[in-house]
Amino acid sequence: MALTEGTANPRLYLQAQTRWRPIEIAFWLATLLPYALFPDYLSLASQIAIAGLFALSLDLILGYAGIVSLGHAAFFGIGAYTAGLVSKYGWGEPLTGLAIAAVAAGLIGYATSFVICRFRHLALIMLTLGFGLLLEELANSAGWLTGGVDGLQGIHTWKLFGYLPFDLYGRTAYAYALAVLFVLFVFARRLIHSPFGLSLRGIRENFVRMPAIGAPSRAHIRTIYTIAAAMAGIAGALLAQTTETVSLESLGFERSAEVVVMLVLGGAGRLYGGLVGVIVYMVARDQFSGIEPQYWYFWIGVLLVGVVTFLPNGILGGAAKLMSRRSRS
Amino acid sequence: MKRLLLAGVCAFAASLLATSSHAQGTVKIGVILPYSGQFADAATQMDDGIKLYLKQHGNKLGGKNVELIRKDTGGIAPPVAKRLAQELVTRDNVDILAGFALTPNALAAADVSAEAKKFMVDMNAATAIVTTKSPYMARTSLTVPQLIQTLGTWAEKHGLNKAYTMVTDYGPGIDAEGAFQKGFKEAGGDIVGSVRMAVQNPDFTAYVQRAKDLNPQGIFVMIPGGAQPGAFGKALAEVGINPKKTEVMGQLEIADEHALASMGDIALGIITAGHYDYNHHSKLNEEFVKAYNEDFKRNPDFFSIGAYDGMHLIDIALQKSGGKTDGESLIAAAKGASWESPRGPISIDPETRDIIQTVYIRKVEKVGGKLVNVEIASIPNVKDPVKAAMKK
Repeated sequence: MALTEGTANPRLYLQAQTRWRPIEIAFWLATLLPYALFPDYLSLASQIAIAGLFALSLDLILGYAGIVSLGHAAFFGIGAYTAGLVSKYGWGEPLTGLAIAAVAAGLIGYATSFVICRFRHLALIMLTLGFGLLLEELANSAGWLTGGVDGLQGIHTWKLFGYLPFDLYGRTAYAYALAVLFVLFVFARRLIHSPFGLSLRGIRENFVRMPAIGAPSRAHIRTIYTIAAAMAGIAGALLAQTTETVSLESLGFERSAEVVVMLVLGGAGRLYGGLVGVIVYMVARDQFSGIEPQYWYFWIGVLLVGVVTFLPNGILGGAAKLMSRRSRS
Repeated sequence: MKRLLLAGVCAFAASLLATSSHAQGTVKIGVILPYSGQFADAATQMDDGIKLYLKQHGNKLGGKNVELIRKDTGGIAPPVAKRLAQELVTRDNVDILAGFALTPNALAAADVSAEAKKFMVDMNAATAIVTTKSPYMARTSLTVPQLIQTLGTWAEKHGLNKAYTMVTDYGPGIDAEGAFQKGFKEAGGDIVGSVRMAVQNPDFTAYVQRAKDLNPQGIFVMIPGGAQPGAFGKALAEVGINPKKTEVMGQLEIADEHALASMGDIALGIITAGHYDYNHHSKLNEEFVKAYNEDFKRNPDFFSIGAYDGMHLIDIALQKSGGKTDGESLIAAAKGASWESPRGPISIDPETRDIIQTVYIRKVEKVGGKLVNVEIASIPNVKDPVKAAMKK
């Protein structure tokens, strides 16, 4: 019903998409459950929320605009180092730290987007990978600024709003990370359900044809790449502020690859895909590595192979298929 | 989502059951190590050192039963290490944090030790500043300058005036370069040149050739363990530097058991500074190596000994504190502790909480058809020179 209405009138289609569905509201209410149910797992929860934000930022470019990136951690790392450095040199206020990190990552994202928008597919993988590795080596050799391999030392985050300290249990850290994630999620959701978001999906499907119907592909890619970079920067800054550590792994290849894995696991191009993937992956990793600290990777491998074999479009892709099959019968 | 939550609740309930048996007279130790990933072998050696000490002492430290909770960082990951330390303290209620193969992880976890006032034993991470991050931390391994600066001083006194340094361009390499040059120059030697080499470097020929052209009496080298010492040995042979004429000096990894196996006879004459080698001659060490081989079918290395002595320190601290497990009591008891380790006499500096130990200068020689490190000099009671310099 909604679909036929939508195809007749694009405005109505977009409006129908923006409406909050009950399951979404339930999901966000459920994110508060850790406070009641797992008060000992709040620091893990805060790192899940941060990884979720990072995956969401990748989803914007990979899932919606079809920009494959194996170097997205570059922006995560720029955000982390910026927030860390700002705090190290005397300004530990968290919210302004986030803003500065977002601007820094966004600026670098904007600068590189001029190259990114000229390439597709395999060339993009090489480009983003190369950019990520270059930046990692740069951070390694600029030891006077970044602390090199040992990581940045001397970060101290001030109390949130002046009176909420970041405690050992991660209570403040989770609330802070979750709130930032929610705000940015609402922003991303609005963006995706706007005409701009729709044209991104068009670019993903056919990069060349979009300009013919009046949507400048390259300009759109530059915009979304900059936004995604700033969001990744905020995620990195959150991690730097809540853990008071930054090291080279924050912009390393492994982080870039891992976020792609988590996004694909949950289902790319679905907003919630990254979040679900991150929750499943990180909870599984925490539990497996607790039981079997040496060989837990085996079980992660089994999980990934299982999901990819039986749910090629990720967990959410599989769920959507199941729902549509049920409603049809 | 619902099913996921259910699974989460079940897992949580299970973990509650598992941890509720916090009996009286039990000490809980959280061990944080990179059990998976590229540093897994180091973690295995350390874990085996821990296991051996516990086995030899009936799973008791200071009269208390020991419960170990192992956590994996999966490599260099300070945020993960910090979170694991937080969880160990808040969720598992551990009394002591231990392990730490890697400096960045140790630095991150040290914050938790300082904030929660928990005794922390650094069993490997070797950057000098690590112990300054928490007043409740002690170290039972080594510091890079402790070995390398001592080597520099020894080299000059040994009769070398001109030395060349070649190090890998990464944190430990740069630290070692500074430490060697400092020790060598302060003793009156002259550094004729130095080079920093790329981290991923399969061929050293060009670097070694350049070193040879400058004709130094000694070359100091610091490269990562693993495949590189073998490649370095090959370059020495190709360029024609003979370790018997030009002294080739390095950190202990370039002449450890695996490096020697891959270098072969070209390694003869290489000089290293180390605090432990399985060939060290003492009754205690022979027994240690034998017991280690029986249980784990391989020789212990410096990772093993750091962890083994780390457990020994916890044992001593618990005895001296009279069973108190809070950070204040344990660190007070650990300060000044001294004991005979398989590596020789060691103690914990009461001022810096860092290890004081004998540094051995060793030379690769063939003994009974096997390449081994033979001790040619020993410098007793060496403190970490970086922290000694800070105080001045």
